[in-house]
Amino acid sequence: MRIAVLGLGAVGKGLLRMLAAKPELGLVLTAVADSSSACIEPGGIDPAAVLDRKSATNRCGTQGLTAEQVLDSGAFDVLVELTPTNAVTGEPALTHMRRALALGRHVVTSNKGPIAAAHAELQEIAAGQGVALRYEATVGGAIPVIHAIRDGLAGNRFHAITGVLNGTCNYILTRMDEEGLTYDQALAEARELGYAEADPTYDVRGIDAAIKLVILANTCWNLGVVLDDVAITGIDGLTVDALRLAAAQDCTIRLIGEASPDRGILRVAPRVLPRSHPLVIEGTLNAVMLSTDMAGECTLIGKGAGSVETASAIIGDLLAIRDRYVECG
Amino acid sequence: MVPLQVSMKLEMKDSPGQLVAALTPISEFGGNIIAVIHQREPDASSDTLGVQIVLEIEQDRLDALVAAIKRQGVSILRIGEERLLYRQSVIMIGHLIHTDIGDTIDRIDSTGFAEVAELNVQMPAITEPSTALITIKATTRSEMERALDLLRGVAAEKGLLIVEPLAEGER
Repeated sequence: MRIAVLGLGAVGKGLLRMLAAKPELGLVLTAVADSSSACIEPGGIDPAAVLDRKSATNRCGTQGLTAEQVLDSGAFDVLVELTPTNAVTGEPALTHMRRALALGRHVVTSNKGPIAAAHAELQEIAAGQGVALRYEATVGGAIPVIHAIRDGLAGNRFHAITGVLNGTCNYILTRMDEEGLTYDQALAEARELGYAEADPTYDVRGIDAAIKLVILANTCWNLGVVLDDVAITGIDGLTVDALRLAAAQDCTIRLIGEASPDRGILRVAPRVLPRSHPLVIEGTLNAVMLSTDMAGECTLIGKGAGSVETASAIIGDLLAIRDRYVECG
Repeated sequence: MVPLQVSMKLEMKDSPGQLVAALTPISEFGGNIIAVIHQREPDASSDTLGVQIVLEIEQDRLDALVAAIKRQGVSILRIGEERLLYRQSVIMIGHLIHTDIGDTIDRIDSTGFAEVAELNVQMPAITEPSTALITIKATTRSEMERALDLLRGVAAEKGLLIVEPLAEGER
């Protein structure tokens, strides 16, 4: 199966490293683009050579070639859309994805923005063309939660989704709880370790978690909810005393995304949980609890970020597409 | 609808079927049995069996339940009841004192259906926000929900952050 990769940041590099390390998967790279160059080779490109070129020249291919030309070439079965993208508007990834789907190509992405903003529209184009749109890597990093909702728990009615969807916040709260650090101290530590961005607003104010909650909610219920529908409270107002008072009751505080159409709930907020609750996880881990009619409660826990971890989710999607749509030799 | 937690000491013949006969009316009247504790007399010659049961039932059905149990030939030696109370703790963060914490408490207490049962306030340096654990008691779950709604409104009005518990299991 031929794949084109748009975007060569941490996730794109992690994917190419895994493609180089696992040739037995039968995923053939035929095109790749970064912000200033591209490489199109319908016969196949060596992912290791692309990575070498990228680290030597900071370009993956021929200067002046663009993502648009990759799309025009049509030399791929699946577009893997990993460009740096505005998480709220979804651009430029959204445009790339619309074009690829309209060309009758499958799309796999780690970009949250386009899925949160235009899930229903993209899904409709994909269905019309008889191709797949998969986005496991958008939520919970390596955790196969979208697979669980669509396949593993197929046929269940979903009552609610609750989850720890942002590793940065979970790290900060874990450190405030365990070490009695103030919010500012824990944030500074998270930055030093590379768990928080220079501008942490998007994480600590709960926006990232809310975007992921929107994606999960639309995957479960297809009600077309958007970011503006989520009631969001971040963790930046929390005090050490709040964690101490919770601890005195054998509880702690975590940033929880909660969606339940039955109860009219779609919100992200810090919540008090008993320490024994399955969503009380440590450090940068993520967790999602799915409440269903047949399976009861099912909780998945795993690494929420990282380049190879995200590549795991992308490769899972690629292989699911190959098994379902592409006759493989 | 006022749910009660009721404790009853029953005495019945120590023969097969008696305990079932005593317990059957409870479910018929929509009661929920929380515990059944056998109290066999040390005097083995006694032909009666003492049983203590704890149950929840709506207040207006209790008299009918008592009559039904008696009709089964079971004597009720003692009965104790108390209003069943829901307790919920939330954490509040902000300038609690300067936004008149007395008023915040009064707003809950003056509802008549809920009250602030406990308040633990932590005050760091004077300019920093303080944090409180506030425990509310209410008689029913829906009254608790109304009290929390009221508290959310007060918090929004006073610029306070509320951290609520995550309800466990949905159904």
